[in-house]
Amino acid sequence: MSKKMHIKLKVNGKDEEFLAEPRELLIYTLRERLNITGPHIGCETSHCGACTVTINGKSVKSCTMFAAQADGAEITTIEGIGGPDDLHPLQEAFKEHHGLQCGYCTPGMITRATKLLEENPNPSEEEIRFGMAGNICRCTGYQNIVKSIQAAAAEMNAAKEAAE
Amino acid sequence: MIPAEFDYYRPKDMAGVLSLLEEHGDDARVMAGGHSLIPMMKLRMADVPHLIDLQDVGGLSDIEVGPDAIKIGALVTQADIIDHAGLTNVAPILREAALQIADPQVRYMGTVGGNVANGDPGNDMPGLMQCLDAAFTVVGADGERTIPAREFYEAAYMTAREDDEVLTGVTIPLPKGGYAYEKQKRKIGDYATAAAAVQITKDGGSCVSASIAMTNLSDTPIYSEAAGAALVGTSLDDAALSAAVAAMLGDIDPTEDNRGPVAFKNHVAGVILRRAIERAWSRA
Repeated sequence: MSKKMHIKLKVNGKDEEFLAEPRELLIYTLRERLNITGPHIGCETSHCGACTVTINGKSVKSCTMFAAQADGAEITTIEGIGGPDDLHPLQEAFKEHHGLQCGYCTPGMITRATKLLEENPNPSEEEIRFGMAGNICRCTGYQNIVKSIQAAAAEMNAAKEAAE
Repeated sequence: MIPAEFDYYRPKDMAGVLSLLEEHGDDARVMAGGHSLIPMMKLRMADVPHLIDLQDVGGLSDIEVGPDAIKIGALVTQADIIDHAGLTNVAPILREAALQIADPQVRYMGTVGGNVANGDPGNDMPGLMQCLDAAFTVVGADGERTIPAREFYEAAYMTAREDDEVLTGVTIPLPKGGYAYEKQKRKIGDYATAAAAVQITKDGGSCVSASIAMTNLSDTPIYSEAAGAALVGTSLDDAALSAAVAAMLGDIDPTEDNRGPVAFKNHVAGVILRRAIERAWSRA
């Protein structure tokens, strides 16, 4: 067996330290080692985006990265974005605007959308569709996902203006 | 999907990378963003007993825009290219092409070095680099050497880079004139059914120079000198466009796959090249 590696991550603000084989993919680290089961395994071939997490400020498909590559990184999953008692505006908007049906793709969708809105706080429909192109939903036809993201952007922009 | 076992290394400098390559020979592979290699390892189509991650090697992540040329480090990502205003200002074709590669998540990780070094005929940067007459810098135990992009690709996944060499960056002469990167794909994230990179200069109404390269239409990218030559000296009328397309079709050698039969690929290649030439001309 190849030598285990000593890996340190900061996941949703919490320091994690463990020994893992180099071939351990980050999605398995999150789900099976750390019990962070928001990021899902969909296609497992870098296409569907259900496993999307934010690593050092980038949206990344965690099925296509080894935990060893992420050693030292800061990671945010859907659990770090908001919870049942403090929903993120995107989570609230997906709920209000029916941005999901089965919900399988939703954690990846919302995690990716947080980054999209950070880079472009007021995206057009076309920019949302292009910016979300790495996330696949097989239920909704995307119409309500686009609406949800637009609604969340409006909400977040209004909150920001109110705060200024 | 779990890859076969391997040892993982993250050296801090190129000397560390080269000594690992020397020690492990064919059993070692370097990795940049990993978005070509890791899927292959998961499918167990690539067996990499010793994986060398380049992410901590310094000096490979810079974009330098000089008076005559652009230098792009091997670890510069597609997202870095898209976001770099100075680069887009002098070579907008790079951004236009990068936006058509994969999807947002993959573009944060996928690098220029990985895309050109991998030798996958589906990758977009190799054809683009041939169009722009770029040169690749590789470093090995005997030092550094430079290989023109137009001489780099030998067959699918076979390149002029030796196994114990690492591609460290690309140098692109400042492009002149109008540009276009046109890509036909079945969906976002797919490789091209056909793609064309075109740079054109004109004087008055006449074409002075034209550089044309095609992607995913042979087992290597195809720089079609004849297609460019068919445009030079013309006003890009319909006859010139048809001659360029005919010349290009003589240079490519597509094979049937799930993107379609050979006749369809030839057809799409012609349509895409025509569009690319027209758009580049309109910007020249």
